[in-house]
Amino acid sequence: MLQLTSITKSYNSKPLLDNISFTVAEGETVCLLGASGSGKSTLLRIIAGLESPDSGLISFGGVDLASTPPHLRDFGLVFQDYALFPHLNVNDNVAFGLKMRRMRQDEISQRVASSLELVNLKGFEQRSVNDLSGGEQQRVALARALAIRPRLLMFDEPLGALDRTLREGLLNGLRSILQKTKVPAIYVTHDQEEAFAIADRVMILHNGNIIRAGTPADVWANPQSAYVAEFLGLGNVIEGEVKGKIKSGEWKVESSVGEFVVMCKHKHSKGEKVHLLARPIAEQNNRWSSSSARAERTLSEGEVEDEASRDVSRPEGRIQNTVQSIVADVIFQQDKYKVTLDNGLYVYLKDAPKIGKKISVRVKIECLG
Amino acid sequence: MDECDIEVGMKTGKQVNRETGKQVNTDTRRQVNRLSLSTCVPVYLSTFTRVYLSTSHILLWLLPLAFLVIAFFFPLSKIFTLTLSSSALTPENLQITNYVLRFTFYQATLSTLLTLVIGLPSAVLFSRFDFRGKTLLRALTAVPFLLPTVVVAASFTSLLGSHGLLNTILQSSNSLFPFFPLSSFILHPFLAILLAHIFYNTTIIIRIVGAALSNLDPKLEQTARTLGADSLRVWLKIILPLLRPSILAASLLVFLFDFTSFGVILLLGNSQLSTLETEIYFQAVRQFNLPLAALLSIIQLLSALAVSILYTRLVTRNPYPVSPRPTPSLKPKSIQQKLFVTILCLLLSAFFILPLASLPFRSFTRLEADRGQRGDVQYGFTTDYYKELFINRRGSVFYVPPFQAIFNSITYASATVILSLLLGFPAAFALAKPTPLEKILDPLIMLPLGSSAVMLGLGFIITYGKWLASPWLVPFAHTLVALPFVIRTLQPAIASIPQRLRQAASSLGASPFEVWKNIDLPILRRATLAAATFAFTISLGEFGATLLITRPEYPTIPVAIERFLSQPGGLNYGQAMAMATILMALTTVSILLIEKFRLPNNNDF
Repeated sequence: MLQLTSITKSYNSKPLLDNISFTVAEGETVCLLGASGSGKSTLLRIIAGLESPDSGLISFGGVDLASTPPHLRDFGLVFQDYALFPHLNVNDNVAFGLKMRRMRQDEISQRVASSLELVNLKGFEQRSVNDLSGGEQQRVALARALAIRPRLLMFDEPLGALDRTLREGLLNGLRSILQKTKVPAIYVTHDQEEAFAIADRVMILHNGNIIRAGTPADVWANPQSAYVAEFLGLGNVIEGEVKGKIKSGEWKVESSVGEFVVMCKHKHSKGEKVHLLARPIAEQNNRWSSSSARAERTLSEGEVEDEASRDVSRPEGRIQNTVQSIVADVIFQQDKYKVTLDNGLYVYLKDAPKIGKKISVRVKIECLG
Repeated sequence: MDECDIEVGMKTGKQVNRETGKQVNTDTRRQVNRLSLSTCVPVYLSTFTRVYLSTSHILLWLLPLAFLVIAFFFPLSKIFTLTLSSSALTPENLQITNYVLRFTFYQATLSTLLTLVIGLPSAVLFSRFDFRGKTLLRALTAVPFLLPTVVVAASFTSLLGSHGLLNTILQSSNSLFPFFPLSSFILHPFLAILLAHIFYNTTIIIRIVGAALSNLDPKLEQTARTLGADSLRVWLKIILPLLRPSILAASLLVFLFDFTSFGVILLLGNSQLSTLETEIYFQAVRQFNLPLAALLSIIQLLSALAVSILYTRLVTRNPYPVSPRPTPSLKPKSIQQKLFVTILCLLLSAFFILPLASLPFRSFTRLEADRGQRGDVQYGFTTDYYKELFINRRGSVFYVPPFQAIFNSITYASATVILSLLLGFPAAFALAKPTPLEKILDPLIMLPLGSSAVMLGLGFIITYGKWLASPWLVPFAHTLVALPFVIRTLQPAIASIPQRLRQAASSLGASPFEVWKNIDLPILRRATLAAATFAFTISLGEFGATLLITRPEYPTIPVAIERFLSQPGGLNYGQAMAMATILMALTTVSILLIEKFRLPNNNDF
C-alpha cells in the first residue's frame, strides 16, 4: 500500500534521514523505533506531506504522492500531546475532518457517534476538550483521526504523555481497533515494550538508517548489532576479541569479564574485535555459590580468581558459558532478583544472593558481530 | 511548626523588626517563609511586631499618597462636582458633547480597524517568517510608540502637510513642468489623523497578536491539515478562532489609545476635527467653558475606564492553554510566501521610515519662501531654522528666544525625575513586599495612568487656578504621569533582591541605613537609572497637561512646536521642524539609555 523509496532529508546540511525505503502492507502495523532525534517524527511528517523530503518517492497504492498536499492525502495523524483544537468541543473536534469533506450533517453525527463509541467515549460529545483527562484526550484524538476513515493511520509517540497503567489499557484498545478496522498504521515510539506489543513489524531507526527490521520475535531473538541489543535492553553488551576458531561456527572470544565459546554465523579472524550479548536470564551455578566463604576471604585479600571463568562445559551439546564475580547489588523485581555483579554485568536470578558474596552463573552468550 | 521555629530563630532581636518592613517574596520558598511569619509572629513574638510591620508600610505610603490626593484625587473630585452643577448640563453643552463623543468613537473605531488591517499581516510576518533585517524592522515599528505625540504629528506634517516635503516638491516641480498633473498634495486632516494613529499603534497588534501566533502549537495546524483542511481553512477554522482573544485584547488597547489621543488630533486636525480630548482643551482654554470641559472629561474618564475593564477581563481570562513548544518562524519558501514577505517588508519600511526621516530632512531643507522674504527663494540645505531658535524676534510667538523652551523642558524634566523618584521609591519598596494594604493601594496608584493628560491639566486649572502663574505646577503634573512608570520599573528590581542578602549584611553588623546604602542601592542602581530616564523622557514629551497649565513665558519643547505649527509662514514651520527634530533626538537617546539600564526580563507593556 504505502511505499517509501530512498527518502533523504537533512537539516542545516546535517543528514537526518539517509536513503530510507520500506513498505507498509494492507492492515499491517509497522513500528518505527528509535531514540529521540533519530528522525522518526520527521519521517512521519514527510509521509503526511507536512514536510517534503530532499529526495525520494512516496507512493500509496501505486500513486505518487509528491504533488498531493497533506489535506488531500487521507492520512490520519495522532500526536503525543493530542493537538486537540481547544476552541472546539469533543463533537466538533471529531467532526472537523468530516466537515472539511463537506459531508451531510446526519452522516457527520453518525460517524462521530460511531468513532466515539469505538474509543469508549460515548456521550462525551458536548464536553470541552480542556476538561478531559490525558487518556480521554488521547482517545478523542484517536476518534478524530478514525472518523475520516483514513487510508493510513500514523501515531507519533501517542502514549508518551500518559502514565504506565493508562498506557497499557490504551495500547490494548488501540490494537483491537487496528485489527477491527484493518487500517494500515505506522506507529512511532522510543519505547520498545510499546513497539513490541503493537507492531506486526518493527523497524529500528539509527543515524538516519533503518538498521534492523523484522517481526518483534525475530528482532528480539536476533538483534544483529550492538546498538539494537543495547537500545532494546536485551542484556549485557560486552566487547571482546576473537582468540581463535574451535570448529566451524564456534569461536573462542576473550573479554573483560571472561573467556567464552560462542556460536557465530559470521566469519572472524584472530584478533578481531566483536560484540557479545549476555542475556540476563541465568542460572546460578551451585558449585560456586557454595564456596562463598572461601571467595569472600580470597577477595578481601585483593586476589583475583580468573581460572574459574574459563570453566566451559557442554551438557547435551549446548555451549555453556559461566561468569563468576562478586555480587554488587540486588534489586527485587516481582518474581525475580536483578543481580548486578562487580564486573558490570547484570543477571536475573530466582533467589537473592548476599551482597559481597562471590557467585558463579551460567549465561547465554551470543555473538552480535 | 518547624517553619515557625526557624523564623523565630532567625527573626528574634532588634534587627528583625526593622527588617520585616522590607521583606520580599519572589519565590515560593520565601512565600512559605512569609506565610509562616504572618501566622507565627503573633504566637511567638509579641503583637508589637505586627503593629510595627504595618506602621512601617504606612510611613512608606505617606508621601506618595499625599501627593496623589493633592495632585489627582482632589482635582478629580472638583471636576466631578463641577460636572454635576447646573451650568454643565445645558442643552448646548449636551449638543456639543453628543457631537464630539460620536466623532471620538467614530475616529477611534476606524483607526483601530485600519491598524488591524496593517497590524495583522505584520504580526504574521514577524512571528512566522525569518528574513534579513527582521529585528531591525521590528524595532522600527516600535519606535513611533515611544516617541512623543508632537514628534509623530510633526513627522506627518513634514511629509504630507501643506508645507510638507511632498507638497512643496510638487509645487516647485509644477513651475518647472507646467503640465504635470499633480500640482499639489495636502493630506486631508482626517486621513492624516488616521495614518498617524496607525503609525502609532501597529506595534501593539504586532506584539500581542504576534506573541499569541508564535505561542500556537504547530501540531494543531498539522493535524487540521491531515484531517483535510487546506491552508485557507486552517487559518479560518483553527488559527483565527484561537487568536480571537488576543486580537480583541490588542484592538481594545489600540482603541483606548486612539480614543484618548490628543496631540495627533490637535496638531493634524487643523482645529476642524475635535474629539473629547481636544474639545476639553478648546473649552477650557479658548472658550473658558470649564463646566463643559469638566463634563467632557468625566465622560472621557468613564469611557476609558469601561474599555480598560473590558481589556483586563479579556487578558485575565484566556481560555486556551499555551503550547509548550511554540511555532518556529521559518524562511519563506513558496512564491506566495516570498511575495508576501517582500511586499509587506517594503510597505512597512516605507511607512515607518519615510515620516521619521522626512522630519530631520525637512528641518535642514529650505523649500519655499520664508515669511517676509517673498520672491527670492533659495532652495537647498539650511541651518537657518536652528539658528532662528536662538533669536528673539519681534512678532515671534514667544516673549523669549525659542531655545528657552529646550532649557525649560530640561529643567522641568529634571525636577520631574527628582520628584518622581522621591515618591516612587517608598511606594515601590512597599509594593515589593505586599501586605493587604498594598492590594488596595496598587490599583489606586496606577489610576492616573488610565486618565487622560488633558483631564489632569484641567483638574489643575480648576483646583489650583490661582497658582497657575507659578512654573512649578508643570513638574507636578509630569510627576503624576511618570510616577506609575517609575514605580513599575523599581518594584520588580527591589523584589528581586534576596532578603538573605540584607539579613547577612545586618548579621555582619550593618545598621538598616547601611544595609540600604551598601546592599539595596548598588543593586538598584541600574533600575534607578532606568526609572529616572523614564521620568525624564515622559516629562520631555508630555503635551496634554502641559498645554493647559503652562505659562506662555515658560513654554516646553512640545508646546513650542504646537505654537510654531499653529502660526503661518515657512520660517515658523521650519522652526517647528527643527524643534521636533531636537525632541526626537533627545527622546531617542533616552530610549536607548532605558533599554541599556532596564532589567532584561521586563515586559514591554
